[in-house]
Amino acid sequence: MTFAPSHFAAVLLFAAFASVVFGITQRSTTQAMIKYGLYCFAMFVVAVVGAGWVMWLIRK
Amino acid sequence: MASNVQVTAKSSVTPGENPAARSSTLAYGALIVGWLLPGAGHFLVKRPFRGLLLFLSITSMFVLGVAMQGKLYAPNAGEILNILGFVGDLGSGLLYIVAKSLDYGRGAVQIATADYGTKFAVVAGLLNFIAAIDAHNIGLGRKS
Repeated sequence: MTFAPSHFAAVLLFAAFASVVFGITQRSTTQAMIKYGLYCFAMFVVAVVGAGWVMWLIRK
Repeated sequence: MASNVQVTAKSSVTPGENPAARSSTLAYGALIVGWLLPGAGHFLVKRPFRGLLLFLSITSMFVLGVAMQGKLYAPNAGEILNILGFVGDLGSGLLYIVAKSLDYGRGAVQIATADYGTKFAVVAGLLNFIAAIDAHNIGLGRKS
């Protein structure tokens, strides 16, 4: 069994799984868990896209 | 007018049994069981939906890491990064033990996707440590 996602798909999967765990473990109420999970997911993705642009600028 | 009457919950503690000791046993049980099987600690402290989500997330992450041909670290006393990688992998509990005993996971990373897979497996273990400690805190009553 092999799985070879694109780099961006790997980022999305990582962000989704990690955000679920962070949301559940770092907050107490259901609503706060959902909010924090979505926040973490957005931060993961924004950070990766931002880092990608920084690397692009360095390469230029 | 709001009522502040509190109804005492029916106790399931048998006479002579110390509720604090029972809670502590449950909390440590949740910690150990939660480490061995992701999300199981939350089932033990009666948070089954959270446990199911944790199980799906952590198990998927570990399985996808192995499927991406990620490296599973073996116990060793050599380089510090290998030791830390092993500690991270070991966090997945039975998932790591079963995968290692079935000889899953690559010894050396050869492609970029395999490097991601290695990180997926290590982070799945670290997330499982967090989940097990969360179940422990729920068992102790520090968290709802």
